[in-house]
Amino acid sequence: MLPSALEAARGLAPRLSDKFAERFLGVREDREEITYWVEHTAWHEAAEFLRRDSEFEILEDLTATDYLDRDPRFDLSIVLRSDTQSSWIRVKTMIPENPCLVQSLADIWPGACWYEREMFDLFGIKFEGNPDLRRLLLPADYHGHPLRKDYPVTGPATSVYR
Amino acid sequence: MDIVKPEAFAHDGLFPNQTTSMSGEFGFVTTSLAQIANLARKNSIWPALFGLACCAIEMMATSGSRFDLARYGSEVFRASPRQSDLMIVAGRVSIKMAPVLRQIYDQMPDPKWVISMGACASCGGVFNNYAIVQGVDKIVPVDVYVAGCPPTPEALLAGFEMLQEKVRLGIPPGQDPKFIAEQNPKLVRIQGLPQARREAYAPERA
Repeated sequence: MLPSALEAARGLAPRLSDKFAERFLGVREDREEITYWVEHTAWHEAAEFLRRDSEFEILEDLTATDYLDRDPRFDLSIVLRSDTQSSWIRVKTMIPENPCLVQSLADIWPGACWYEREMFDLFGIKFEGNPDLRRLLLPADYHGHPLRKDYPVTGPATSVYR
Repeated sequence: MDIVKPEAFAHDGLFPNQTTSMSGEFGFVTTSLAQIANLARKNSIWPALFGLACCAIEMMATSGSRFDLARYGSEVFRASPRQSDLMIVAGRVSIKMAPVLRQIYDQMPDPKWVISMGACASCGGVFNNYAIVQGVDKIVPVDVYVAGCPPTPEALLAGFEMLQEKVRLGIPPGQDPKFIAEQNPKLVRIQGLPQARREAYAPERA
């Protein structure tokens, strides 16, 4: 990133802190990669703030990580890119295992719909407000969510087709 | 017309019972209808297009001019299962592709054969995970397994010749290869093998 763009991305921290108070968990910067952490209750609001007020027009990625022994168990992260500022940031939140539920971002970035379907498919994270929350990659009659760390790597013991 | 000698039809001795039966010195040969039908089938096995991964590239090379599957009468890869006798499963089969593969197999008219080409189709290969079917024989009966990752065109041709032998011998499609080997010990190929393995596989011919 250009130094000016980096400064602009760093400048989001006080604005997020003002707006979300204790629901804004902090910022981490590592080799010019800036990650903002928010509570999962502020997930949708923060995304809307970044889209409407900070001009992050592009949702580049939405993905999840499973930390099996941690509580809350899942990380959800998005990568946002801004053409007007020529910058990008990462926003992360933590989701508990039960209920494994977070607000959908599909109304902000329509492209989030399929990312969320993929996360629902592979991690079992439910997205409230997603217009079409079906499995994306695996067959509709598949059982389980294979990218969870407690899922057997080789799949179900019994073969479906015989 | 030349008089057809029995020697002209006799095989190399591996299959004494399958020669074209009794043939006299009167310019004709007697045989059974099944054997003639098998001979015709063996030389015009039309494969269905079923390339799934990198094995498909080798399969295409096999049908190309350098290796020339047309020599075996099988150059006509059909895009419709209704016109195919053989399904060469070339590549890994995902669990989502499995019902499609089974449906295409079901749509092929009898008699039909399946070659499982390569490690992925035969046993899942390196893809030992939740998304890949661990061997296509879990879905359809397989006649010939071709080893390799991917198998060379020569290997596929060798597998194809084995399939032709099975067709000529009238072995029903989809039989368990182990069962066939037990019932037909002479099907085991011993040419080119080291002496120890020849003795192990086929002691009476070693």
